[in-house]
Amino acid sequence: MSSLAGTWSLVRFVLKRDRLRLGVWIAILGLVPVGTASAFAGLYTTELSRQELAATVASNPAMVAFLGPVHASNIGALTAWRIGTLGSLLVALMAVLTMIRHTRDEEETGRRELLGSTVVGRNAPLSAALVVTVAAGLAIGMILAGGLVGLELPVAGAVAYGLGFAGVAIVFAAIGAIAAQLTEGAAAARGIGVAAAGLVFLLRMVGDGGAGNGLSWLTWLSPIGWFSRLRPFADEQWWVLLLWLGVGLACGVVAFGLSARRDVGAGVFPPRPGPAVGGPRLGSSGGLAWRLQRGSLIGWTVGLMAIGAVYGSVGDSIGDMLDDNPQLAEIFELIGGEQGITDVFFSAAVGIMAIVASAYAIRAVLRLRAEEDEMKAELILATATPRIRWAASHLLFGLAGPALMLILGGAVAGATYGLIIGDVAGQVSRVVGSAMIQLPAVWVLTGIAMALFGIAPRLASVSWAALVVFLLLGQLGQILQFPQWSLNLSPFSHIPLIPAESLRVLPLVLLALVATGLVAAGLVGFRRRDIAAG
Amino acid sequence: MSTAISVSSVVKTFGQTRALDGLDLEVETGEVHGFLGPNGAGKTTAIRVLLGLLRHDSGHASLLGGDPWTEATELHRRLAYVPGDVMLWPNLTGGEVIDLLGRLRGGLDQGKRKRLLERFDLDPTKKGRTYSKGNRQKVALVAALSSNVELLILDEPTAGLDPLMEAEFRNSIEEDRVDGRTVLLASHILAEVEALCDRISIVRRGRTVESGTLSELRHLTRTTISAELAVDPAPLADLASVHDLRIRDHRVDFEVESSDLGDVLQRLAPFGVRSLVSHPPTLEELFMRHYRDEQAVS
Repeated sequence: MSSLAGTWSLVRFVLKRDRLRLGVWIAILGLVPVGTASAFAGLYTTELSRQELAATVASNPAMVAFLGPVHASNIGALTAWRIGTLGSLLVALMAVLTMIRHTRDEEETGRRELLGSTVVGRNAPLSAALVVTVAAGLAIGMILAGGLVGLELPVAGAVAYGLGFAGVAIVFAAIGAIAAQLTEGAAAARGIGVAAAGLVFLLRMVGDGGAGNGLSWLTWLSPIGWFSRLRPFADEQWWVLLLWLGVGLACGVVAFGLSARRDVGAGVFPPRPGPAVGGPRLGSSGGLAWRLQRGSLIGWTVGLMAIGAVYGSVGDSIGDMLDDNPQLAEIFELIGGEQGITDVFFSAAVGIMAIVASAYAIRAVLRLRAEEDEMKAELILATATPRIRWAASHLLFGLAGPALMLILGGAVAGATYGLIIGDVAGQVSRVVGSAMIQLPAVWVLTGIAMALFGIAPRLASVSWAALVVFLLLGQLGQILQFPQWSLNLSPFSHIPLIPAESLRVLPLVLLALVATGLVAAGLVGFRRRDIAAG
Repeated sequence: MSTAISVSSVVKTFGQTRALDGLDLEVETGEVHGFLGPNGAGKTTAIRVLLGLLRHDSGHASLLGGDPWTEATELHRRLAYVPGDVMLWPNLTGGEVIDLLGRLRGGLDQGKRKRLLERFDLDPTKKGRTYSKGNRQKVALVAALSSNVELLILDEPTAGLDPLMEAEFRNSIEEDRVDGRTVLLASHILAEVEALCDRISIVRRGRTVESGTLSELRHLTRTTISAELAVDPAPLADLASVHDLRIRDHRVDFEVESSDLGDVLQRLAPFGVRSLVSHPPTLEELFMRHYRDEQAVS
C-alpha cells in the first residue's frame, strides 16, 4: 500500500522527537499504580482493615462516582479502584494529546507539507501517530502489569489491569485521530478530543454514582467506565477487552475515511468566519482584555470548582476515618475531634485552591508581558490608550479572577460537603469564608508578577519561581525543619487556618498592603520604562 | 506652514548601542515625508520615540506641537501608526481589529473603511491566525488609513504587499495628501519614496545625513552626461570639473557636479556635439552613495 509508504521512518522520527515526553507519561501512568499497590499493602495489612476500607467506599456515593466501585477487598482490587478509573482518564488524555500533536499540529504549522513532498504516503503520518500512541498504551500496561506481578499480586489480575489501560489508549488514540481530521486549528482539535474524554468520564460518573437508581447502564456507554467492568483482581471479565478493540477499530476506520476525503491542511469543518465588524464591547482596552482573558478565566474557574467538588465529596470520609481508628481519634481529640479534623482538612483544601488561584493570577498578569513581547501591545499603546489603563485592564483579571474562583470553588466544596452531611447553607458560608481569607496572599503573587513586569520585564517569569518556592515552603518546610524566618517568606504562611484556627485580621491587612505596594510599584515602573521592541 | 514633527539632536542608547546618535528630523504639516535608511539605521527607534513607546536620553522631540512622552495619550488621538511587523490576536477577526484600533484612536470613517477593504481585497471575517504577513499588514493599513487622524506614521508599510497592492497603497497616500494629512513614511523601497514623498530625510547610524526635497538632494550630487562628439574628446580629461570620464572612439560618458553643469556644457560646445543625453541622479544613486560610505567606514 503506497499510501502507507514511509510509516516506519515516521514512527522512528516521532519516537525520537517525543522520547522524553512519552517517557514521562509512560513512567508516571505505569508506575503510580504499582506505588499505590505497594502503599496499600503496607497500610492495610489485615483482611479486616481492607474490608473496612472497601465498605467505607461502597457506602459513599461521591467516592464511587469519582473513583468507581470497589469489587473486592484484596490489594489488587483496591488499587484498581483507587487508580484504575482516574488512571484511565489520564491514559485517555495522553492518547488524545499525543495523536493531535503528531497529526493536526504538524499540519497547522506546515511541517506536514514539507514531509508530504518527500516519499511519504498520504496515510503515513496518521498511521505513524496511531502506532506510537497505541504502543505507548501497551508500554504503560506492560510496566504496570510487570510491577504488580513483582509485588506478588495474581498474574491474571495484573495482566487485565495492564490490558485495560492499553484498551483505553487504543480507543482514545482512534478518537484523537478523528478529532484531528475535523478542524484546521490544532487547539480546536485538542478541545474536541479532551471534551470527548471528559464526556466519557462524566457518563461513567453518573452511571457509577447513580447505580442505586438504575443508571449503571450509562457506564456501559463509557470506554473509561469499561475499566471497572473488566474487574481486574475480582473475577476478570476478559470479553470486555473486545469492546475496546471493536470501538477502537471502528473509530480508526472513520478517521482514515475522513482523512481520505479532505486536503492536507484542511479540516472536515471549514474554519468559521468571524464577525466583519467589532462588537460594541470591543471599543476599549478593557473590552480587548476581556476577549483575550475570558476563555482562560472560565476554564480555570470551572477547574477550581471541580477541585472543590472533589474536596467536598471526601470531606465526610475524613471524619469517618477517625471512627475506625481510635488512636488517631485520640490525637485529633486535641483539636476538636471529628469536627476538628474536617476543619483541618478544609483549611488545607482551600490552601491548595489558593495556590491554583495564584497560578491563574500570575498567568493573567503575565499576559501583559506576552502582549508586549509579541508586539501586540504597541498597536494598542500607539492609540489614545494610556499605559496605565492598558495595564490595569489585564491586572484586573489578576485581582478579581482569583476572588471569583475562590468564591465559586469554595461554594462548590461547601455545597458538596453540605449535601452529604445535610447542612448546605452552613457549610457553603463556612468554606467560602475560609477560601476568601486566602485572597490577600494570592494578591501578593499578583503583585509580584505586576512589579516584575513593570520594573524588570525580562525577569517577569520569575513570578512562577516565587510561587513554586512558596508552595514548597508550605508543603515541605516544616517537615524538613526549615528555620522559621524562611517559612515566613511565604505569604500563605501568614493566613490563619480558618476554620481550624480563629480569625486574626492584622496579617490579612498587612498582606493586602504588601500586595498594594507591589502592584503600585509595577504600575509606576511600567509608566516610566521603554516598551520592548520584540 | 507649521511643523508636524520636530526632532533635534535626539540620542537613544540601548546598553552599549547608540541606536539614535543625534538624530534631526523636520516634517512640515501636510507633507509626505520619506524617512530613508538601511536596516538598523534607527528608523524604527526614531518612530518609537515619537510614539512615546521609548524615552530618549537627550535632545528634543516634539510631535503635533506636544511632547511625545508626557502627552502621548492626547497626541495619539490625532495619529495612526502602522508597525513594520504587524502582529494580530489569533482569535480576533481583521474587521474586529480595524474597528478596535479605530475606536481607540479618534474614530473611524466607515465609508473609507469599506472602500479600503475593497481596494486592498481584504476579507475582514477571517481570524488573525489565518492571515498571511501581507494580509496582517493590510489590516493595520486599513485601520490607520480610515481613522480620522491628521498624522500617519508608517514603518515600512508595504514590505509584505504584492506589487498590485503596493500600487493601491500609493493611490491611497496620494488621496491623503490631497486631504492635507501629514505622512511620515519610513521605507527602504526607493521607488515608493521617489513617487510619493515631498521631502526626504536619509538616516544612517542613528544620524540624519541628508534632508530636503528630492530636487534639492539631487542638486548636491552629480549629473551623468553621455555625448557623441565630432572631434577627439581626449582633452576633456584635463577639465577639473569632469569626473569618471570614459572614452570610446568619439563617445564619452562622464559625471558633473550640478554646480559645474553650465560651465562644462560651454566647454563641450567646441568639440562639436552631435548628440547629448543627461540624466539627474536617481534616489537610488543618492542612497547608494551614503550606503557605500557606511560600508567603507565599517
